[in-house]
Amino acid sequence: MILFYKKAIQDIRDNGFLNAVTIITISLSVLIVSALALFFVNANDIMSSWKKGISIMAYLKTDIGETALPEIKNKIQGMYGVAEVEFISKEEAMKRLKEQMKGHSSLLADLQENPLPDAFEVRLLTSSADSKKVENLAVQIEAMPSVEKAEYGRRWLGRFTNVFDLFKFTGYAMVGIFFMAAVFIVANTIRLVIYSRQDEIEIMRLVGATDRFIKTPFYIEGLIQGAIGGIIGLAALFVAFMLIALNVEQVSSSGIFQIRFLSPGVLCGIMLCSIFVGWLGCYISLKQFLKYKTG
Amino acid sequence: MIDGNDKNSIIRMFHVHKQYGAKKALIDINFDVSKNEFLFITGPSGAGKSTLLKLLYFGEPVSEGQILIDGMNLSRISRNRTPFLRRKFGIIFQDYKLIPTKTVFDNVALVLEAMGKKRQLIQKKVNSVLRMVGMEERSKSFPQSLSGGEQQRVAVARAVVGVPRIILADEPTGSLDSESANVIVDLLKGFHTRGGTVIVATHDKELLRKTGSRIIHLKEGRQIK
Repeated sequence: MILFYKKAIQDIRDNGFLNAVTIITISLSVLIVSALALFFVNANDIMSSWKKGISIMAYLKTDIGETALPEIKNKIQGMYGVAEVEFISKEEAMKRLKEQMKGHSSLLADLQENPLPDAFEVRLLTSSADSKKVENLAVQIEAMPSVEKAEYGRRWLGRFTNVFDLFKFTGYAMVGIFFMAAVFIVANTIRLVIYSRQDEIEIMRLVGATDRFIKTPFYIEGLIQGAIGGIIGLAALFVAFMLIALNVEQVSSSGIFQIRFLSPGVLCGIMLCSIFVGWLGCYISLKQFLKYKTG
Repeated sequence: MIDGNDKNSIIRMFHVHKQYGAKKALIDINFDVSKNEFLFITGPSGAGKSTLLKLLYFGEPVSEGQILIDGMNLSRISRNRTPFLRRKFGIIFQDYKLIPTKTVFDNVALVLEAMGKKRQLIQKKVNSVLRMVGMEERSKSFPQSLSGGEQQRVAVARAVVGVPRIILADEPTGSLDSESANVIVDLLKGFHTRGGTVIVATHDKELLRKTGSRIIHLKEGRQIK
């Protein structure tokens, strides 16, 4: 095995330019893919924090007595996707409204009677906070005989979820394209290395070398290229992240946009993918080469 | 079906034909080679000498007929077994076929590395073979810095280092001066003396005269009786 490693490292040295091209290609692909991953991780964080704020207001009919409230609460609590249900009495609602309208309280001063209804504020589980599930839940709540109306930030939520889904889809497509492009380029550069060493491989076969003996150094070469490419790509992303993070922190000291780097798990995943790209590129070109050179 | 029971034969060829498209390179070749024989295959350029050697080391498959090498039928050999068949041979080419990016030592060591031999053994054997061909001093040189005769001596060292059963030499002295050619012939004779089988394809009449061994003549792909 040591012999194979030595051969692989010797090959990388002998074909410095081609190997540099392969490594740069892999690093660029890793950089782009991991930048996308970084964007999605942070966008997801922001989305989750927004989703936590999503709630449905279930306004009760005026003739509902206090005794019926626990039953209604239990019923809503039992619905799928509901995290928490809080009763907001009409007095409490008026108090909140007055607080929100500080400075304009004179508008409310003339009211003889509290016009606001009793309500339940229904908070959702994060996993259920997409527009369709929220809508279904709202319909379900509204269908209850004691509920007059169920409201939520309908349009805002729907539009935002759609935009985010579109981003996600584009992101997956781009990751796929960059993955294929990287594999294709690695396969081609390794093919060039193999062709430049065609005579050598032919001689190896003539002296009784097995396919494994011929192929293993190439595979190791592919794995090393993938690993180095991955490290360079992620290092470049980290440097870019540090520069951006510094600026963002200066702009937003409020901490709303706390951006974070990729988790160790994601980093490991990207590294493994990068190594896999090196291996796969090698596998494809060797398979093609040995198919033509049988015997 | 052929029978491989002739215990004295290391190579047996039965009605071997080789065709490249419409061109017939070899037509109905039949001969046996005994263990420890020194055999010449001769004929003008294009007679099919190199093709014949290529069929023996399974560089190409036959179009028709069968070949037995040391009991192995080449028509039934699997791809995985091919390297093990090749290890029965040491092959010498007119153009030496040394790897230009490897040193003399590494070129010779390649055979033993491919066999999975241990480092220490490789070191010992390669040095001993290079000493035998008189190239020990040049073990760290690269092939381009050597003369034709020296390169062919390295090629001989590579051919014998794995202790093969048979040496196949395709025009081994074709591009050498007579002095270098004599060295190569002596090395081949030495291998033969130690019990090896040698097959040399050549049109060098001087070489034929010097060794006086059995000769198979080829002309336009046919064996001339």
